[in-house]
Amino acid sequence: MNRNRTDRLFSYLFLGAGMLSVLILLGIFLMLLINGIRTFAEINPLEFLFGSTWNPSAYEKASYGIGSMLVSTLMVTLGAMIIAVPLGIGSAAYLSEIAPARVREILKPILEMLAGIPSVVIGFLGIVLLGPAIASTFGLNNGLNALNGSILLAVMALPTIVSVAEDAIRAVPNSFKEASYALGANRWITLTRVTLPASFSGIIAAMVLGMGRAIGETMTVLMVTGNNLSMPNSYFDSIRTLTATIAIELGEVAYGTTHYFSLFAVGAVLFTISLLVNIVAEWVASKFRY
Amino acid sequence: MRKAKQWIGINLMLVFTLIVAAFLGIVVYDLLYKGSSVISFEFVFDFPRNGNTEGGIWPATVGTALVTLITALFSIPLGVGAAVYLNEYAKENWMTQLIRASIRNLAGVPSIIYGLFGVAIFVNGLGFGASVLAAGMTLGLLTLPYIITTSEEALKTVPDSYREGALALGATKWQAIRTNVLPNAVPGILTGAILGLSRAAGETAPILFTGALYYLRYLPQSVFDPFMVLPYHLYILSTQHHAMEEVRPLAYGTALVLISLILLLNISAFILRYRFRKAQMR
Repeated sequence: MNRNRTDRLFSYLFLGAGMLSVLILLGIFLMLLINGIRTFAEINPLEFLFGSTWNPSAYEKASYGIGSMLVSTLMVTLGAMIIAVPLGIGSAAYLSEIAPARVREILKPILEMLAGIPSVVIGFLGIVLLGPAIASTFGLNNGLNALNGSILLAVMALPTIVSVAEDAIRAVPNSFKEASYALGANRWITLTRVTLPASFSGIIAAMVLGMGRAIGETMTVLMVTGNNLSMPNSYFDSIRTLTATIAIELGEVAYGTTHYFSLFAVGAVLFTISLLVNIVAEWVASKFRY
Repeated sequence: MRKAKQWIGINLMLVFTLIVAAFLGIVVYDLLYKGSSVISFEFVFDFPRNGNTEGGIWPATVGTALVTLITALFSIPLGVGAAVYLNEYAKENWMTQLIRASIRNLAGVPSIIYGLFGVAIFVNGLGFGASVLAAGMTLGLLTLPYIITTSEEALKTVPDSYREGALALGATKWQAIRTNVLPNAVPGILTGAILGLSRAAGETAPILFTGALYYLRYLPQSVFDPFMVLPYHLYILSTQHHAMEEVRPLAYGTALVLISLILLLNISAFILRYRFRKAQMR
């Protein structure tokens, strides 16, 4: 019967489309591994991870140490989290617990649109608005530094943090809050002593996912952090992250050289960090469900 | 005392929320304020001249539209297909869990990694070269997890009775999906697809090395040609140009056109979703 054959054909097509995601993830992993591993024919893996000098085009002896970039990436990410976490969780709690429905209906789309602003536009405003502002506030030559990157990454991580944290706070059963009100607690005490602690794991997951966005962001940090390769000492230093290094060097590197492969190795490090971040977020979120 | 604490706490939260919302306000206001004087018929519909110091952004706008079209052709069928599999066929077993875990992890992979993948597979591996096709497919991969997730949400809103009704009349599973499930999920799927594509249209990192060029005097003639594109054009004008300060107005204009395009897509998606929800409630 023809229609049964069509039915079977489509069930295989859909299965194929479903499996594709697994294949893509595996493909990305293998692509990074196969290209990245060839770096280590010449470079000691420990020197790669912990060496602090990155100078692939040195005349005497090229050095491939991603230490300063790792520190830079962690630094802007930490800075972004310090700014974004209080703002994000405060907004999430306000939107889910306090705000009237009408206010929420206006603010939610605003947050979604903030998530939709291209990173290159945020980076551009970092150059023309935030950079000069930082330079004049702190008396610096220019405002292209880790602080600028941190503030902008916070803006970019906020929509993720707010929406995931809001879902978590909203998932707290009403009975918890009602019990608290029945004991005479007001809204603020109920929120800080009952609702937020009850949604703790979801809030942590929101923070971790926001962190993942900040670690992987490329264009914004590329444009506003100055891209200086030396080991950073403070937030007023110009820095260069892992992502920015790939973006700067992949375009000018010769195909098939150690330098070319080393950029895939940098990508592999980045990919590993982002996988770990996701696994941690999922593990935390699954710890506590109603 | 308790009341005072509550008042301070709640108002602090309100202030935080307003700060977050203000970020969008600052972006839109500054771009409108400094960019709108640059926008003219000539700016939008003319080719760049003199090494991007004069003229317009026409090839970048066309390039953005073309690459987004390739992204849509690549990611929507595959994304909707995967969503149909997950919502209509998949049983709760380890394979389904593996698929779901892969989708979640793909969504967290940094965009520059997709760029590396595009260079290794599409540009060099499959030999597409730096082209509209390679860039569009790279962006398609990046958008795929988003489209799968939103399409599955849309399929979930179709009541089971619709499926059962078709099956009871003797329809095969595919016939039930084609006639009763998919048509009712189309508005939701479309909303998600528009939002996903609007993100893809603003991406820069994945297309840095897969096809974007900084200066072209002609439009791409086929999918194997390199192209100009708005986000990359903005990046070049604001960081890589030899006369950066002079071309600031052009950069503002480009940013304004890009963000208008994206906000327009966003707003149309929101309106579509709002109507869809209202229609469902009836």
